[in-house]
Amino acid sequence: MHIVDRRLNPGGKSLGNRQRFLRRAQALVRRAVRDSSRDRGIRDMEKGGEVGIPSDGVREPTLRRSAQGGRRDHVLPGNKDFLEGDTIPRPDGGGGRGGSQGSPDGGGEDDFRFVLSQDEFLNLFLEDLELPDLAKRKLEGVEHVEWRRAGYSVSGSPANLALLRTMRNSLSRRIALKRPRSDEAVALENEIAELEREGGEPDRLALLRESLNVLDRRRRRIPYIDPIDLRYRQFAPHPRPVAQAVMFCLMDVSGSMTEPMKDLAKRFYALLYIFLKRRYRHVEIVFIRHTHTAEEVDEDDFFHSTETGGTVVSTAIEEMARIVAERFSPADWNIYAAQASDGDNAPNDNERTAALLKDTVLPVCQYYAYLEVGTEDEPSSIGLGSRASDLWRTYETIRDSEPAFAMRKVRHRRDIFPVFRELFQRRDAKAAT
Amino acid sequence: MILKLDPGERLLYRGPDWDFTTLRRIHDAIEQVALKDMGLDVYPNQIEVITAEQMLDAYSSSGMPLFYKHWSFGKHFAQHETVYRQGLGDLAYEIVINSNPCITYIMEENTATMQALVIAHASFGHNHFFKNNYLFKQWTDADGILDYLDFAKGFIAECEERYGHREVERVLDAAHSLMSNSVHRYPRRSRPDLRTEEKRERERREHEERMYNDLWRTVPAARDGAPSSALEEHRKALLQLPQENILYFLEKTAPRLKPWQREILRIVRLIAQYFYPQRQTKLMNEGCATWCHYRIMTALHERGEISDGDFMEAMHSHTNVTYQPSFDHPRYNGVNPYALGFAMMRDIARIAVEPTQEDREWFPDFAGKGDADGVLRDVWANYRDESFVMQFLSPRMIRDWRLFHLLDDTNEPALRVDAIHDERGYRRIRRAFAKQYDVACLDADIQVVDVDLAGDRRLILHHNVLNRVLLETEDTGRVMQHLADLWGYDVLLKEIDTTTGMVLKEHHAKPHPAG
Repeated sequence: MHIVDRRLNPGGKSLGNRQRFLRRAQALVRRAVRDSSRDRGIRDMEKGGEVGIPSDGVREPTLRRSAQGGRRDHVLPGNKDFLEGDTIPRPDGGGGRGGSQGSPDGGGEDDFRFVLSQDEFLNLFLEDLELPDLAKRKLEGVEHVEWRRAGYSVSGSPANLALLRTMRNSLSRRIALKRPRSDEAVALENEIAELEREGGEPDRLALLRESLNVLDRRRRRIPYIDPIDLRYRQFAPHPRPVAQAVMFCLMDVSGSMTEPMKDLAKRFYALLYIFLKRRYRHVEIVFIRHTHTAEEVDEDDFFHSTETGGTVVSTAIEEMARIVAERFSPADWNIYAAQASDGDNAPNDNERTAALLKDTVLPVCQYYAYLEVGTEDEPSSIGLGSRASDLWRTYETIRDSEPAFAMRKVRHRRDIFPVFRELFQRRDAKAAT
Repeated sequence: MILKLDPGERLLYRGPDWDFTTLRRIHDAIEQVALKDMGLDVYPNQIEVITAEQMLDAYSSSGMPLFYKHWSFGKHFAQHETVYRQGLGDLAYEIVINSNPCITYIMEENTATMQALVIAHASFGHNHFFKNNYLFKQWTDADGILDYLDFAKGFIAECEERYGHREVERVLDAAHSLMSNSVHRYPRRSRPDLRTEEKRERERREHEERMYNDLWRTVPAARDGAPSSALEEHRKALLQLPQENILYFLEKTAPRLKPWQREILRIVRLIAQYFYPQRQTKLMNEGCATWCHYRIMTALHERGEISDGDFMEAMHSHTNVTYQPSFDHPRYNGVNPYALGFAMMRDIARIAVEPTQEDREWFPDFAGKGDADGVLRDVWANYRDESFVMQFLSPRMIRDWRLFHLLDDTNEPALRVDAIHDERGYRRIRRAFAKQYDVACLDADIQVVDVDLAGDRRLILHHNVLNRVLLETEDTGRVMQHLADLWGYDVLLKEIDTTTGMVLKEHHAKPHPAG
């Protein structure tokens, strides 16, 4: 009998199977992920979770006898009061009470539900999204270095000891300095021991002892491994070209933005935030919120603080232009911006906003997305004669002449994901669909 | 910490904790009971301790330690995982593999008592059954299975590398859909070896020489064009038609398959064949194992090697496993093979030792023989579920379980109770019950009957319809598509009523254009 402890064996033996399964059901899973993300809070996005796909797509058909029709015998346990020859009305749903002949894997029509890990979920969700036109690549000094092997050095940490190289040095040094090998010493010792036992030839014995002495001294003087043999693997930093990018998040928090609107805007930014954090590790994010004044805030304030006031959109764009000038030289940085607002603006500010955007911001931006949030009860046919907001009308004049500018409206939570995908879909993917 | 036991102490362990020495001690004590008292005959044991995660892994590939990769296993894994994570279902305590040595997986989370129960159940109960039951002896090669699976895994991985995932997946999907119709149900004549072949050839020649008469040359030959029925017969015989093992037929005859595709079909059908006895002996196998753990745990307790509390724990899981709700209970989900198997084993042991007058009439050959273990060993060796129920379901069992036979005929307006647990019903219930365990009645009887390889190469199959139960339409359409893709030409499946010979339904499929 053997007892084998397999607990330390690497788990995930069926990972290959799982990958095959996901690949097989890819289209279905992707749709399921997008559908389920609609009902899901932003916080949950980071968690992965259960999705259901129609079991039809991953059906494993076999030749089996149908559950309906024909003559069937059932032998069942637990008879209470039936007598031979009794008739029982047929229960609905066919199959008889026993159901022992039914399909063994349960109903065929239900969704097949299973759990996706966080990575799998986000990968599928964020698949074919990207920041457009990430063109400016630059060697950046400090942060983005890779450590690469860079030969050997004579000093280093023990973990980096290059054993093979060290032993090679040691061997060649021992050969060069003629360090006696240990079997020579052993042979001498044996011979001495033999002579001692036999007791003859004292001269030779003395001679042998002397040479053993010499041998020992020599072996001590020439160590097996000397500090000069030691070699360590050396690593050197290697700068890697990365695309530097900065995303400006501009949000209107003025009094006209109702709570649901702010909620929509925040959802949008949260999504953007997850997307950037996962896909582009080196993207800087600048949060700007504005009322009649604008200020740069940190992530926490941006998402959580409450503040209200009037609305002057140009302040935010000015603030952005100022920060760009101060910190993000357009020559080195890919600059992106996403603006969310309910479309209200101080009437005298529209012109200034458009001019600022057109002359100052858009020329340095790779992409500028404007998201207008509305409320659910607003009429849906916005384009057709109903009231478009001031800002929307203003921006419409810009849209046609600027390819890097995009604008969308969102009125309900469930629109957030599709609109987000539309705004950041990979260009070639969009062309394909 | 290793628990020190008093030298005089007989307990094998104390408390729920265990380590490898405990396991070994438990195993050795169980072995004593199993081999000495019960006379079991087992493969050498190999016990492997695994985590819950690894148990889930093992689940998804039919419990085998190594298996080729396919998406359907990933699907099963996802299914089990979801159920397990939501706490809806427990994992099995153990998985045991019919191999030599017999491998038993036990989970690290289990208590010492549970490990003892599992070792008694799997490493001795199932193990004995695997080694001695005639079906397993006939059909499975316990010595070779792990090596074969290793080969299969490697081969399929290599094919994936060489021909692409998609190609291999297509073949595997198709093969899996036909898997359950790809076992040899009867042991075939073994292929004559070369020496007998040669001898037969010589005899044939001698016979021809003896019968030679020049006159035959002058007899006019049969006219060309009209193939005689003898020729037809000969053609079918060469193709080994009719053939119930569909994958075997495809592997040997399908005109368009490449060699590697044939090899994959072969792998799938050999694995199906390996699992075939398990499907036919589920009831007996579990009954045997449950009876063994019950006997062994009781014996260990009687010898004072298991404390009262631990014995109660074992009996608690034992009763959970052998629970049988009645047919109208919301949790009723068919007959529990553990419950029925165990009840029947206990009943047989009772009949052997203290039979009633009724038992003597029904089971004259072993009632009152006394040697319960011997009788059970004989039962385990020589029966499968269907014949086991047919032979050994006693009137007392039928009364205790209050079994009744319900007839569900769609031609009748209502269900009819055909037999209950009374004098007139015993034999009828027993016959109907045995049929529920007969794979020949459960599985559709589908055979390849004809193909004209010289003509349009259309493959014709028959489903011999039993009791007017047709095949599930939608699934059958899909499987037929797979079949047509493998065959490379049109296929036709006719459903034929066995009693009237009428064709009830036909399924056609055309192969997808290649590529």
